[in-house]
Amino acid sequence: MGEAIVVTSGKGGVGKTTSSANIGTALALKDKRVCLVDTDIGLRNLDVVMGLENRIIYDLVDVVTGRCKIHQALVKDKRFDNHLYLLPAAQASDKTAVTPEQMKALIDELKQEFDYIIIDCPAGIEQGFKNAVAGADRALVVTTPEVSAVRDADRIIGLLEKEEHIAPPRLIINRIRNHLMKNGDMLDVDEITTHLSIELIGIVVDDDEVIKSTTHGEPIALNPNSKASIAYRNIARRILGESVPLQPLDDEYKGVFSRLKKFFGGK
Amino acid sequence: MKKNQNVVIKGTKEGLILHLCDTCSYDDLKKELDERLTENSFLHNDSHPILVKVHSGNRYLTEAQKDELRDLIRSRKNLLVEAFESNVMTREEAARLKAENEIVSVARIIRSGQVLEVPGDLLLVGDVNPGGKVMAGGNIFIMGALKGIAHAGVNGDSAAIISASVMKPTQLRINDCITRAPDEGFPEHEKRGMECAYIDEDNRIVIDRLQVLMHLRPNLTRLEGGF
Repeated sequence: MGEAIVVTSGKGGVGKTTSSANIGTALALKDKRVCLVDTDIGLRNLDVVMGLENRIIYDLVDVVTGRCKIHQALVKDKRFDNHLYLLPAAQASDKTAVTPEQMKALIDELKQEFDYIIIDCPAGIEQGFKNAVAGADRALVVTTPEVSAVRDADRIIGLLEKEEHIAPPRLIINRIRNHLMKNGDMLDVDEITTHLSIELIGIVVDDDEVIKSTTHGEPIALNPNSKASIAYRNIARRILGESVPLQPLDDEYKGVFSRLKKFFGGK
Repeated sequence: MKKNQNVVIKGTKEGLILHLCDTCSYDDLKKELDERLTENSFLHNDSHPILVKVHSGNRYLTEAQKDELRDLIRSRKNLLVEAFESNVMTREEAARLKAENEIVSVARIIRSGQVLEVPGDLLLVGDVNPGGKVMAGGNIFIMGALKGIAHAGVNGDSAAIISASVMKPTQLRINDCITRAPDEGFPEHEKRGMECAYIDEDNRIVIDRLQVLMHLRPNLTRLEGGF
């Protein structure tokens, strides 16, 4: 019996889809059977980020309304032989095409077969959110170090705490810009965690590589050299129950080369 | 004259007290009250109005009955009902009274979009985050940080106070007074620990050290005996 994890944030554009794709990828790299479920009906893009858009034949709404079997709608990611699947959202319907009860039944069915089901939640707190959390056992709340995102995360955590079937949510702080945080021009990690007072499961620095990789439809987690990739892999390990220390934010840690340069009096 | 009088009129310095018998029927009582007020002609000299207190003993009077008696008494020119007193009250009234005088303790974080309302005093073990709101009929005591909105004395109690370990509210409301956070943010003044907010003589909400309360609101003490 697998576990369903919903990735949510309240505010749009903080990196729910990117986080879902990369955590799913990182779990698949750890030899877990993972199914990504896009619940953003009408505004789907998890398939694009994963580079699987052209393989979609059926979607979530087709499954729920009985137009196809669940296996027909699952898109297999060939890069991870048999470990990673995507259940895409419908693009031609809207959030009301599915009810929370239908979603729960669907997720329960997927749980029979997969180790982890990562549910990508749409922005907002309406029907789409209710659908996404209906079948979840755990929740990850994504926020960026901005007051607006933190405020929305707070609201979402309040709503998640009301859902009795979900374990206490855990926090991902995304798009950290170290220089701004150091100068106090951005909320820092401690401030956010004490404010929201939930467990922190990972921090991800703002990395140009992330944008590059989404453009090419390849999750950053596949690239072992990027900081963001390591962050997502660490989050996956923490989901699996390993205890992994947080990455240091300092830039000094860039590599041997820059350290050598520094040693010889360079900047 | 009857042996058992259902209505006894007593005069005091403050005015009249009507003792109503609590064993006879309400209709008899009303009739007799009417008679007694009529026969006591001394009540009819048109001096300044006389205040009347009505004691109904163990009889429960509904609001409608109270109105009826009030009208009956007022129809005698210079009599004015000041108050009704009774030994009994309904279960709901008792429950409401108890709720209004109770401290409800809640251990959780009030997050953005959440509203917590209690009829009496509130003891919150946790924070109120921005966008969250706590409301109480009485006082509000917050053992964490107040960063959202707190509204004390919602039902018109201007003596209510709000206290918090970290006082950084977006808005404070006591009864119908409202203040908001200064635009430039809260000054990083010297640590004075817990703070409290109350309405001062000028009808404005002020924030001060918690310790001033023992002089300003001595009735916050509910300890009987002790020390």
